[in-house]
Amino acid sequence: MNIASIVQISIGAILINNFVLARFIGLCPFFGVSKKLSSATGMGMAVTFVLAVASTFTWIIDKYILVRFNATVLQTIVFILVIAALVQLVEMALLKYSPLLYEALGIYLPLITTNCAILGIAVINSQDNVFTGKPYTFIEGVINGIATGVGFTLALVLMAGIREKLELANIPKPLRGLPIAFITAGLMAIAFLGFSGLNFIQNSGG
Amino acid sequence: MIREELKRGIFTENPIFILVLGLCPSLATSTSLQNALGMGMAATFVLTCSNVIISMIKKVIPDKVRIPCYIVVIATFVTIVQLVLKAYLPDLDKALGIFVPLIVVNCIILARAEAFASKNNISRSFLDGIGIGLGFTASLSILSIIRETLGANKLWGLNFLPGFQPMTIFILAPGGFFTIALVMGIINYMRQKKETGK
Repeated sequence: MNIASIVQISIGAILINNFVLARFIGLCPFFGVSKKLSSATGMGMAVTFVLAVASTFTWIIDKYILVRFNATVLQTIVFILVIAALVQLVEMALLKYSPLLYEALGIYLPLITTNCAILGIAVINSQDNVFTGKPYTFIEGVINGIATGVGFTLALVLMAGIREKLELANIPKPLRGLPIAFITAGLMAIAFLGFSGLNFIQNSGG
Repeated sequence: MIREELKRGIFTENPIFILVLGLCPSLATSTSLQNALGMGMAATFVLTCSNVIISMIKKVIPDKVRIPCYIVVIATFVTIVQLVLKAYLPDLDKALGIFVPLIVVNCIILARAEAFASKNNISRSFLDGIGIGLGFTASLSILSIIRETLGANKLWGLNFLPGFQPMTIFILAPGGFFTIALVMGIINYMRQKKETGK
């Protein structure tokens, strides 16, 4: 475990393999909650929070229960159940201990269970690290979860900022609403393609 | 009845272009027609089977825990698909990658379980699954045909037009967004024209 691999994973998850714009994961909330900047920020924070918690628990369960007892076949079922239970628990814990945070994130939490980003990170963490070719260690897995959340929030907030301005623009009638949002996302994805030049794999000799 | 259900799934309630559900797999796996059909068939299988099972056990499930129950049923069928793909179609499994387990959280499947299968009888739920699944597969195929011919100058892995310089961007992530925007724009245009024409 060293600083270099943390930086690799973070930059990889935030910019190079941005979940929304490069990997097409988590698109439903990306288009559903990006109409207003304030709700985009709230959703981004909620997703990041759940991603951090979920990557922690799913990594432990995967490594110490599923892999150990040779039951990786059940991965999908176990992960989705753990995530659904975790989201419920987080909601209840927030309600009890931090009503302020609950007020900010509360309405977004139930939506997150079926956000593919959460199951996505659990599955990715159970595979090999793209940079080193070895399985993710615990800390790498958690960092990967948090960085993915930050990348999601970044894309969501940028998108919401652009869409708020788009409201005022004169758009051809058939493209109003979602189509123009898709075109915007496409342009953002072109910008993010530029980051794929940041190639860590060669530098680390993997 | 059969025709009505199928028509609804493919046209009036087309999952991708009209309801705009299940975007992640449709954009990610539409880079080639083979991947698109594979994904469409996998999702149709899961959707139909889970619709039938959920419609069968809808009276047994307590209302409060229905969503977790639906998810477990769906996840079971996804696991079956995963194992079958790994055993018999390893190339397709590799190409679809993470999007095979992610069928679990495909909003179309949960939405049909909640909105249709939990309220209708088994045969109608079965037909609904087939109809929506076909609509999903058809939309994926349309997206993938556009992306594969423009982006790689190929169709079903075979060369398409000789001498045509492909635009690689259509195979990459941005092309997915542009293609779906164009198709939706065309559909909106035709709809608006029809409405004003009447």
